[in-house]
Amino acid sequence: MALLEVNGIHTYYGNIHALKGVSFEVDTGEIIALIGSNGAGKTTTLRTISGLMTPREGSVNYDGEVISNTRADMLVSKGISMVPEGRGVFAKLTVEENLDMGAYIRRDGAIKEDLKGAFSLFPRLQERRKQVAGTLSGGEQQMLAIARALMSKPRLLLLDEPSMGLAPVLVDGVFETVQRIANEGVTILLVEQNAHMALQIADRGYVLQSGEVAISDTAANLQKNETVKKTYLGID
Amino acid sequence: MDILRSERSRIVVSLGLLSGAFILFAGAVGMIEAFHEREVVDKFISLGQLLMLLAPFAVGFVAASRMAHTDASALTLLVCGAGVGILTAIPTVILLLFNSEEFRFLLDLTLKLLPLAVASYFAWQRYRAGADPRLVAGAWLAIAVLIGIVTYSFALVFEIKGELRTVLVNINRDWVDVVTFDHRKELMTGILTLCLATVASGCVGAIFHLIPDAPRRALLYGLGVTFLVGAFGETVRLILQEHLDRDTLKEIFRRDTLRQNAALALFVVSTVTGFLWAMFGQNLRHGISTMEYSQRRVLNGIGMLLFVAILLSLPWLIGRTLSDVAVTIGIFVLMGLGLNIAIGLAGLLDLGYVTNYAVGAYILAVLTSIGPLGLLKGTFNFWTVIPVALLAAMTAGFIFAMPVLRMRGDYLAIATLGFGEIIGKLAISDWLKPLIGGAQGVQAIPKPVFLGAELKNPEQLYYIVLVACLVTLFVSIRLNNSRTGRQWMAIREDEDVATAMGIDTARAKLLAFTLSAATGGVAGAIFAAKVGTVFPNSFTVFISINVLSLIIVGGIASNPGIVVGAIVLIGMPELLREFSDFRFMMYGALLILMMIKRPQGFIPSKIVTHEVRQGVKLKPAAAE
Ligand SMILES: Nc1ncnc2c1ncn2[C@@H]1O[C@H](COP(=O)(O)OP(=O)(O)OP(=O)(O)O)[C@@H](O)[C@H]1O
Ligand SMILES: [Mg+2]
Repeated sequence: MALLEVNGIHTYYGNIHALKGVSFEVDTGEIIALIGSNGAGKTTTLRTISGLMTPREGSVNYDGEVISNTRADMLVSKGISMVPEGRGVFAKLTVEENLDMGAYIRRDGAIKEDLKGAFSLFPRLQERRKQVAGTLSGGEQQMLAIARALMSKPRLLLLDEPSMGLAPVLVDGVFETVQRIANEGVTILLVEQNAHMALQIADRGYVLQSGEVAISDTAANLQKNETVKKTYLGID
Repeated sequence: MDILRSERSRIVVSLGLLSGAFILFAGAVGMIEAFHEREVVDKFISLGQLLMLLAPFAVGFVAASRMAHTDASALTLLVCGAGVGILTAIPTVILLLFNSEEFRFLLDLTLKLLPLAVASYFAWQRYRAGADPRLVAGAWLAIAVLIGIVTYSFALVFEIKGELRTVLVNINRDWVDVVTFDHRKELMTGILTLCLATVASGCVGAIFHLIPDAPRRALLYGLGVTFLVGAFGETVRLILQEHLDRDTLKEIFRRDTLRQNAALALFVVSTVTGFLWAMFGQNLRHGISTMEYSQRRVLNGIGMLLFVAILLSLPWLIGRTLSDVAVTIGIFVLMGLGLNIAIGLAGLLDLGYVTNYAVGAYILAVLTSIGPLGLLKGTFNFWTVIPVALLAAMTAGFIFAMPVLRMRGDYLAIATLGFGEIIGKLAISDWLKPLIGGAQGVQAIPKPVFLGAELKNPEQLYYIVLVACLVTLFVSIRLNNSRTGRQWMAIREDEDVATAMGIDTARAKLLAFTLSAATGGVAGAIFAAKVGTVFPNSFTVFISINVLSLIIVGGIASNPGIVVGAIVLIGMPELLREFSDFRFMMYGALLILMMIKRPQGFIPSKIVTHEVRQGVKLKPAAAE
């Protein structure tokens, strides 16, 4: 059984019909890439899964349970963690305080250990643990946002454009990290503009177009797909 | 012409005119005259005159420090200080001339020539810019007529009435007396004295910039202490009178004013102390910071003990009148600590805090009053009602929070402002009149009784407020360091991200509003017991604004800041009652000055310092 099943969801912003029956599934341990052009509805899909929006039709099942009407904060305790588009770190708190905040829902004593784990994943953050997050560089903020999402010990990590606004060198680093996180057993749903990189680390991928799933296939096949090549990989 | 266009002269002219305008304005609204009533040093200088001299002093200093980078010589700086001083005097001198019998014709002349001069100036500018001569002539005529209508009618008024007072009520003999340093009869001598005084203080300001840092601080400290003691002479005398005998007191004060000898002694002593501190304070602090941990703890302990001892013996130290002020300050500290939970910890801008205050006050009034409106005469006393008032305020906070949970930032502020107004109107309404007395309010509220003794003096009420404040302080510190505190911190920083962290923002906000309301209720109840009557007009939007301002001025989310804010914004106006006409003007000026010069408040909290220093902007809040 899939960890996450999205069944024909329709999500609206007022009258704007943003998702028109999107369906897909994510199995435990997979990296799934969700690609599509601007305004295709990728962010909306993530927001619907994470409980920030409620679909008008269709349902989202997680771990065999319908979660489409569950509040966002409760989903975090169920193991779904999201790194929002544009990072969204707490700008006035220090790096360490941000990470602490990520572990907010946890009451176990292993938080200190995980803090160490986060720092070993991102040594850069360790150097800057007392720095105010708003003064970190864009790439560091992205690292912080991911590290913070991991602090809640998620089973499913939703990443919205982690490579946005980063220098090409850093982009490689981010995808490497995502791969590492997946290797540790976290299931990942990755939304990306950078289809090329996303498909390289993903197991399977879905192409979203105007609020609908246009293509779904394994990552390898998608990389060979003519339409995908032309539209999203920029190869003629 | 060149020298006029240089950077230096621009600085001098703009600053000089600024302080000149300030003095003119202060005189025109009657501030100088009112402040003159209070002498700072007996037969030497009054608060009004100090106000006048403070402006050139300050701008003289600022001018000198702005020129520091142009490596101007000491002499240049002095000249600049003098320039600033003379410019400060000029507007007032002109007004003095206009006001005098001999030179009234100058006013007449000015009023009649002004439109022509202004019109000609603009016309000439247009002409030089190459405009059509016919157009220029038309513009000249239009401007001259437009301005002329105003100035000629003024000229007419003055011709008939013969005195400036008819238009500017505060430009009267008393004002002339103050600004000419009591030379009303010999106007020229007076004007000269004024100019000399402003020039001198402008120069002193510039000199102040020149002397090295340590003595400067010592001097400032000495002047500041002497000024404060002199300006608040009455207060200081009230304190001293508790502890000194009459004769000694008479040596120091003549009625409420500091005697010259005492002032001099005070100045010397405080300057020397200031100097010693400036020289050796650094070493002392260094010494303490390098001390063993255990030693430092002992030192901290002694400090704490001293602080507690002062807090406990305060009413005895300061006497009755000031204890009364202390109780009022304490009530506002209590509210400040409460509102700070919403604003400082959770970042919820609540402009309706008066609601909780009113609820607490009316609950206590209705439940304990022995007058006709008392519900349960005698069954309830102060102590049993305090928890009721607390719960009632919390309930009110909870109920009012419900509909606004989804709002943020400005929208939330406006909605809560509305609630505050509703409460005010409800209190005065006919609908609730049978219960809470409408405009007549509730009377005959008994004082609290403790161990059989009636606590009717402010000295005794002080302890109730103190305990309430300490309990609130304890709770709010504990809250801030708890999981709940972290929820609030996250919400304050970014509500969306807080949700993504798994925080139930609606619940956390509800909790913040409810807890924040609690101390407002207690403060209201104590207020009602202190005053003995409750009127609806005690519960205006100004209470909310006051509490909010004291938090902001003191430093958002900083507990010591709230105490300082309350002392400055609530305590000082109580001590300066005689200037109550200018209370809101000074209040406003202080707020503006604070927001420009020190937006993080007197004693900022750590996070706010981050924000202000590094210019990290919050995301603009938006309604959902
Ligand atoms: N708050 C909103 N109100 C109204 N319409 C919205 C809102 N947010 C998104 N939309 C619309 O919904 C559609 C899908 O938006 P979404 O943000 O999901 O796109 P996206 O695939 O994430 O695009 P991008 O790659 O540019 O981030 C777009 O047409 C967008 O204009
Ligand atoms: Mg998006």
